[in-house]
Amino acid sequence: MTEPIIALDHLTVSFPGHPVFSDLNLTVNRGDFLSILGPNGVGKTTLMRTILHQLKPTSGRVVYYPSRREVTVGYVPQFRNIDPEYPLSIRNFIELNFPGFRLPWLSRNERLTTNAIIQQTGLTQIEHRPLGEASGGEKQKAYLAQALVEKPDLLILDESTASLDPVTKTELLDLVKRLNETSGLTVLFVTHDIPMARRYSNRYLMMSKGGTESGRIQDLSDQQVWRSDHV
Amino acid sequence: MFSYVFMQNAYLASTIIAIICGIVGVFVIARNMSFLTHTLSEIGFAGAAFGLFAGWSALGGMLLFTTVSSVLVGQLSAKTSRRESSISAISALFIGLGILFISLSNKNASYATNILFGSVIGIDAAAVHQLIWLSVAVLAVIFVMYRFLTFDSFDPVGASVHGLWTNVISIVFLVILAFSVSVAAQVVGSLLIFILLTLPASAAKYFSHSVVGMMTIAVFLALIGVWGGLYLGYVTNWPVSFFIAAIEAGFYFCALLIERFKK
Ligand SMILES: Nc1ncnc2c1ncn2[C@@H]1O[C@H](COP(=O)(O)OP(=O)(O)OP(=O)(O)O)[C@@H](O)[C@H]1O
Ligand SMILES: [Mg+2]
Repeated sequence: MTEPIIALDHLTVSFPGHPVFSDLNLTVNRGDFLSILGPNGVGKTTLMRTILHQLKPTSGRVVYYPSRREVTVGYVPQFRNIDPEYPLSIRNFIELNFPGFRLPWLSRNERLTTNAIIQQTGLTQIEHRPLGEASGGEKQKAYLAQALVEKPDLLILDESTASLDPVTKTELLDLVKRLNETSGLTVLFVTHDIPMARRYSNRYLMMSKGGTESGRIQDLSDQQVWRSDHV
Repeated sequence: MFSYVFMQNAYLASTIIAIICGIVGVFVIARNMSFLTHTLSEIGFAGAAFGLFAGWSALGGMLLFTTVSSVLVGQLSAKTSRRESSISAISALFIGLGILFISLSNKNASYATNILFGSVIGIDAAAVHQLIWLSVAVLAVIFVMYRFLTFDSFDPVGASVHGLWTNVISIVFLVILAFSVSVAAQVVGSLLIFILLTLPASAAKYFSHSVVGMMTIAVFLALIGVWGGLYLGYVTNWPVSFFIAAIEAGFYFCALLIERFKK
């Protein structure tokens, strides 16, 4: 089953006076777990923000199937400013992600979904602590939980696991992988961790100054990894 | 004290206003809009003065000026730093305009004092009804938009990723804020609006970690402030606004102290 969810169509993005990437073409299918690799500053975050329609491409476009409105996207950004005095508890922060013209209080279903996600992401012990006081890794878990609570079709992780300890990292990626396998969640996984990319994804997109390459993850050679860092 | 109709009206009006300010204040704090609120109150002063000059009510002029300017200011620039300086320039302009309208309208200085410092004791039944309608409208909009407003206020990044129309939400909120400012000015005056709109909510965030919890506490603190202020004003004959300001500032500093001790 290869049903596309997004396509990058001759996508070019440049900031005033300096191009980031140009003429990027790629189709991501439903159920793909795509690792986005490449050195610092190559444009991985920029690409994610373009996919999210937060940045306008210089030329080309990002197409969603069947349409942007019909694809629910969860995004765990690389950086997020949370004031140390941010008042909401982790649970209340996660529950923000149920927007709509509905009653202010959550429905039974919404509460059950939140409970399940909190449990799966291992936040049960600290769900009532204010998010501002959580550690870096705990914050990352909360962001992931918030993104997952609306049952996204597409999940974008921008180095979201970089500040996690090895055990937690594996636990969370196992959870994402499980959702990927059982409910067909499509994952865009930006990472510098090649072993993790090999372990969890089925495809890769390697970005480098010289251009981008993509393919099946088992075809990613160490040479390519080395080259992309040194071009 | 309650046998006087003017005291009944004053209590009724300030109760409604405390509820509105507590609830809207939580969003003001979450959206970092204390400074804008302050400016809106100065613009409200100009609006009220214009209302008198044009022969409308002070409230009508305030509503017009604060609504138009809040939407303009909110759209002015997304960059906070630049927004702050442009807001300062705008507030200077509006205070000047307020002074001009007051002097053109040939009213005596006590009108200016009333607008600036509040005149809740003088509020009549018709004005109370007006406040009730405005407040019900504000609360209804908040109720319907609640989930959008909380998402966008407490997690703007998440809301924009979700594809919410954050621009629309932000304009709706600015209009809500403009209405609240105009309503609150009736009790504490335009100079002291931020006392009710920001201090109770700022204190509340130290005591609760949920939106509804913060709203409840903020409303409670605002209510104690206005009720206590009216009572003390009645007993001592000192200005009500003074007592409200003192009580709310007291709450805020207590909250800070308690927070210190917990750490
Ligand atoms: N808002 C912006 N304005 C101008 N230039 C920008 C902006 N955002 C990013 N850039 C530039 O675009 C390039 C790509 O940045 P980007 O953040 O996408 O890199 P990245 O691949 O995510 O790097 P990292 O691995 O460090 O996260 C960088 O050279 C950066 O300086
Ligand atoms: Mg990045």
